Amino acid sequence: MDDERPLVELRRVWKTFDRKPVLRGIDLALPKGTILAVMGGSGTGKTVLLRIASGLIYPDSGAVSLFGTRIDRLSEEAMLRLRRRTGFVFQGAALFDSLSVFENVAFPLREHTRLSLGEITDRVHHFLGLVGLPDTDALMPAELSGGMRRRVGIARALITEPEVVFFDEPTAGLDPTNARLVAELIVQLRTGVCDTAIVVTHDVELAERVADQMAILHEGTFADMGTPAEIHHSANEYVRRFLAGELRES
Amino acid sequence: MAQDLRGHVRESLVWYGGLGLLAARVARNLTLPPAYFWLVAREVDIIGVRSLTVAVTAALFTGMVLALQTAVNMARFGAENYVGPVVALSILRELGPVLTAILVGGKVASGITAELGSMKVTEQIDALRALGVNYIKRLVVPRLMAAVLVFPLVTILADGMGLVGGMLIAVFDRSVDAYLYWNTISYWVVIKDFLTGVGKSVVFGALVTLIGCYNGLATEGGTEGLGRSTTATVVQVAMGVIISDFFITKLFLFLFW
Repeated sequence: MDDERPLVELRRVWKTFDRKPVLRGIDLALPKGTILAVMGGSGTGKTVLLRIASGLIYPDSGAVSLFGTRIDRLSEEAMLRLRRRTGFVFQGAALFDSLSVFENVAFPLREHTRLSLGEITDRVHHFLGLVGLPDTDALMPAELSGGMRRRVGIARALITEPEVVFFDEPTAGLDPTNARLVAELIVQLRTGVCDTAIVVTHDVELAERVADQMAILHEGTFADMGTPAEIHHSANEYVRRFLAGELRES
Repeated sequence: MAQDLRGHVRESLVWYGGLGLLAARVARNLTLPPAYFWLVAREVDIIGVRSLTVAVTAALFTGMVLALQTAVNMARFGAENYVGPVVALSILRELGPVLTAILVGGKVASGITAELGSMKVTEQIDALRALGVNYIKRLVVPRLMAAVLVFPLVTILADGMGLVGGMLIAVFDRSVDAYLYWNTISYWVVIKDFLTGVGKSVVFGALVTLIGCYNGLATEGGTEGLGRSTTATVVQVAMGVIISDFFITKLFLFLFW
């Protein structure tokens, strides 16, 4: 029964900043084994949606569930155990700038497990290899390029093998090679580490490549939602113009 | 004008409320695992050991200037020999803990605000939360525990240096006998004078650390916001220490006099 329950569920979620509604009654269900790409123009509330779904911020109203537990009014302390079952990849990587690459990736293991140094080292090297950054243990975040930082952030989010991963604009600001590398990584995840994710992006190519489901956010609600093929043939004027790159930000 | 005033009042209420809520969260988290003893040890080094020069130098010269002023004026009443107790009471009850809290507290708290504020604007605090780490327990509690431990120790050292500074002036500048200086101090100053000062430093340590941590965690608006938070911390620490000193003094006099 539990397996059929969505891992992430939002019902009639509203969020307002400075009296401006950003999300207006969002409904969303993410079943296990699904990668959902949430798309939309800048400032449409994609990141806010991701943060609410992951429990980093609270909605003004509506219900948010993570692994079947209501989290929309859960205390920070009570949220910790649930968050350990998720991974979050930040747009700016959010690496701990006083720690080396190795220490950044090892951080969740040191905090939450009793693994030996040898076991931690093996796992860190495995995940750094997975993101294509072997032999970078001693480098500090300030010495890394934007693409490398993003990949270290991905390794850190994945090292505890979370059940759901939240990606916030994983390819934003990256050159095409790095962007493709990150897309390949997300696709690879399905073959082992984690098969359920929400990817917030404005990169149509990335969304089509990694997602089973796509949702287009417009004026605080989903203008359309469906498989990439369905979205491509959407009857919604906004969706068609967004995918064609014909929208101009006001 | 009225709108500005309302804005300032609201900001102040939010600040005091936020500080109170942070204090409550810290109290709730004190007993939760993990203990992070190694982080407390690291903070003891940062807060205590690296602040010793500032505290000791300020205390030495404060004792000297206090002795100089006191001796010159007490000489008018023929009471120059009693410079020791006046210096000691002033240093032990007030100047030792207050000056240490303002100087060391300002330095430590602004450093904490800069560090936590920088982590906030670069999403490192959110990264900790996303990784399931209790950031209050990891970032705030060790700093507070270290400050509560270290401030009294630094204050005791500053007290000692202040008394030595007073003696140097009394003996070498005002020709007061060194034995008399210490003897009058031991006669007129009681252990309560010393302990109330040390007690104040515990409260100051907790207060300045909370201010530093709260301003850091509440930082918004990128590097510009970080600059504002750090400046605000220096001012609020000084004001917080001076204002709370009055109320703690009043309370201690009520309880122990």
